[in-house]
Amino acid sequence: MDYIIEMCNITKKFPGVIANDDVTLRLKKGEIHALLGENGAGKSTLMSILFGMYQPDQGVIKKNGEVVKINDPNDANRLGIGMVHQHFKLVQNFTVLENIILGVETTKHGMLKMDEARARVLELSERYGLRVDPDALIEDITVSMQQRVEILKMLYRSNEILIFDEPTAVLTPQEIEELMKIMKGLVSEGKSILFITHKLNEIKAVADRCTVLRKGKCIGTVDVASVSKEELSEMMVGRKVDLIVEKENKEPGKVIFEVENLTVKDRATGKNVVNNVSLNVRAGEIVCIAGVDGNGQSELVYALTGLITPDDGKIRLNGNDITKASIRQRNIGGIGHIPEDRQRYGLVLDYNLAYNLVLQSYFTPRFQKHGFLKYSEIYKYADELIDKFDIRSGQGARTITRSMSGGNQQKAIIAREIDRDPDLLIAVQPTRGLDVGAIEYIYKKLIAERNKGRGILLVSLELDEVMNVSDRILVIYEGEIVAELDPKTTTVQELGLYMAGSKRGIVA
Amino acid sequence: MNISIKRFLSSEGVANFASSLMAIIIGLLVGLLILLVSNPRQALNGFGAILFGGFTDMKNLGQVFYFATPIILTGLSVGFANKAGQFNIGASGQFIVGAFAAVYVGVKWTFLPGALHWGVALIMAMLAGALWGLIPGILKAFYNVNVVISCIMMNYIGMYLVNVLVTNTVFDSLKNQSQRVASTAVIPKMGLDNIFRAGNSPSSVNAGIFIAIIAGIIIYIIVEKTQFGFELKACGLNPDASKYAGINSHRTIIISMMIAGALSGLGGALLYLAGSGKSIEVLDVLAPEGFNGIPVALLGQGNPIGIIFAGIFVAYLTVGGFNMQLFNFVPQVTEIIIAVIIYFSAFALLFKDFIRSHYAKDEDKLTKTRPVSQGSLGGDK
Ligand SMILES: Nc1ncnc2c1ncn2[C@@H]1O[C@H](COP(=O)(O)OP(=O)(O)OP(=O)(O)O)[C@@H](O)[C@H]1O
Ligand SMILES: [Mg+2]
Repeated sequence: MDYIIEMCNITKKFPGVIANDDVTLRLKKGEIHALLGENGAGKSTLMSILFGMYQPDQGVIKKNGEVVKINDPNDANRLGIGMVHQHFKLVQNFTVLENIILGVETTKHGMLKMDEARARVLELSERYGLRVDPDALIEDITVSMQQRVEILKMLYRSNEILIFDEPTAVLTPQEIEELMKIMKGLVSEGKSILFITHKLNEIKAVADRCTVLRKGKCIGTVDVASVSKEELSEMMVGRKVDLIVEKENKEPGKVIFEVENLTVKDRATGKNVVNNVSLNVRAGEIVCIAGVDGNGQSELVYALTGLITPDDGKIRLNGNDITKASIRQRNIGGIGHIPEDRQRYGLVLDYNLAYNLVLQSYFTPRFQKHGFLKYSEIYKYADELIDKFDIRSGQGARTITRSMSGGNQQKAIIAREIDRDPDLLIAVQPTRGLDVGAIEYIYKKLIAERNKGRGILLVSLELDEVMNVSDRILVIYEGEIVAELDPKTTTVQELGLYMAGSKRGIVA
Repeated sequence: MNISIKRFLSSEGVANFASSLMAIIIGLLVGLLILLVSNPRQALNGFGAILFGGFTDMKNLGQVFYFATPIILTGLSVGFANKAGQFNIGASGQFIVGAFAAVYVGVKWTFLPGALHWGVALIMAMLAGALWGLIPGILKAFYNVNVVISCIMMNYIGMYLVNVLVTNTVFDSLKNQSQRVASTAVIPKMGLDNIFRAGNSPSSVNAGIFIAIIAGIIIYIIVEKTQFGFELKACGLNPDASKYAGINSHRTIIISMMIAGALSGLGGALLYLAGSGKSIEVLDVLAPEGFNGIPVALLGQGNPIGIIFAGIFVAYLTVGGFNMQLFNFVPQVTEIIIAVIIYFSAFALLFKDFIRSHYAKDEDKLTKTRPVSQGSLGGDK
């Protein structure tokens, strides 16, 4: 059999954890090979080994049957291996073109040969349908564009083996569709792809084979066509998972959160990115803001949580006007916030897990006395949360958060925000990057909070999620709430039409 | 090996200490190289003087502590601000305004009795230094002016202002420097001069070294044990997340710059109230003690306790450098050599992460490396 890459009996240990335990993975030429596993199962680690960022403690890597040694990403590059990381590694204030050629610049008399590079990038983006503006700055372009840049980076280096680490976690459903097409195009041109995802639909849609990891061990490799989604998730988690959550009917209580005519202007263009939005959340209900990414959800949430100041409008929590309240006042006043960008806002990555778990409460009498932190309390509490929310890491509460797997970083934020028991929880894509087992758990948690009489404002891009957990759906389009829908009487298709802006409803 | 020993050896503190030591060795080697090039015949003697000069007698050892005092404080100043993500290159200005405040009180406020006199002088120096840190802090917090730029500005304003003030208030025009402070304003010796002396000649060491060490311990406690330290580090490590968590970054930055300034100001006071006969000279030169705080903070890896040792080490080299004159090295050359050693050590540390990542490959197998590298000094976020 002609395998282009074989990773044989790979073992990798980190302090306190065996990230990969005797894992074998074989990649055929021209296939899309999915890698599936719970948060912290060792997927990213295995791929980082292939990309030369870590050295395995045991095991060998073969390319076309020959043993190769990959000491660093440059070696990987020479062997034609490229990687798009879970958290992108682009230089924010460089242009797209500069980022693509970074590290492989060709020069002539010490001058960059930009024109040639540009022509080549344009040619590649044409051939694979990866539209980008070569002169845009990375900080100005959307996440999905940044991802394209990462892909172009690999293609520019003529990589043959492409590793995608959770590429779809940051994309909208539409963008995911496009990425799938691009990936299929790539394999038809003879590239081979390793694809990490938590979404079984995507595996069914594009992958040929799938290798499943659980707690660092390889559970097996299957032909995707021959297994069902249920079987896959059972292989991964070791039990049946049910994402259709049971939800009892419940009359919502009094209004706890009110937004009136909220408007946020874009600083650069002066356009209203949030346009005259009014909404409310009642005790004991989950209100979902559905919309295609970039329709003002982020700005709306930033304004509600105090990260930006709205240009107009009023916000009331439990009857008190909090429009001008500081972030701290809002936090104490009863707003919990699971932010969209977990690494930018949600965590101090260089703090350990315990510190991050008290990031919103370190100043309360429970954790502080006369300005001195009560470490034993902090660690005790952290251990409780780690236990309750099954946050997995190498060294427990003392793990530096940066070293944790992406999904477990997310779980840490969710644990912190839910456990503070806020009256209103604003959750932006809370399940992004989580495995199905964890998603099931989070849904149950959200619904338990709702049943306790808390209000939840959920911002989601995923239709399934929206339909599944919400009690009421508000569709946002170009900064405006264009419809209010009842998930029980609405279809996914209808919701899609509203989100695309081709239909408008009457807003109460 | 015993588990606990293993854990100790792989702990961050030990790793940091080891890398500081490595950096110092690299610095020393570069210094030796320059000595060999500049004066091959006396190079080894000179190098010996640097290495062991501080130990030749008790007086020299006392001098080490005397020289260490101000740079420990400026080192703490730079290291502390860096925890909040600010590069306090303004220690020099804070140092000199502190020095002036102390000297002014020392000369003029003779109505203050005994210990109260030098105590008040120190407090005034800290207030003056704090003011000099406050201004860049406010500019950063409210107008987002880069601290490096405003600090450099404040350095020059401080230097010229002190020159003017000295000339107009406490001037000794014969010597073109500040007048001597009253004896009550001099930091007590606490008997140290009796221990650290060579024959009849005592060293200039005084209780200032204790004050510096106490300052280091207090800073350590603030950074590691308090709520404010938690906020400070969060602001330094991730300003966005701190904002999200409701931390008032304006307040945090301003207070940390004030504390940094107070530390430098205290350093200035301790140097000029040491009773060593040193006075503020009216020269257009920025106080070098402020800049020496930077390598001291680097060598101490930002850890207040580490900074105390780093300050003593740098002072040790300085004293050793004086001894090189025994071997006919002119002071300018010794100064260069000492500076080279100090700065190369500090630079070697800047490349620590780089070096580590190259070594990491083999070490990884022992799972000894820390998974993440700490941010190195500098960086005005
Ligand atoms: N650099 C590191 N230092 C220490 N531990 C690490 C490091 N990288 C990963 N780990 C640990 O190894 C385990 C596997 O992590 P990895 O990132 O490979 O998980 P993953 O399968 O990609 O999970 P996710 O789906 O959440 O991204 C985790 O327990 C993680 O804490
Ligand atoms: Mg991962």
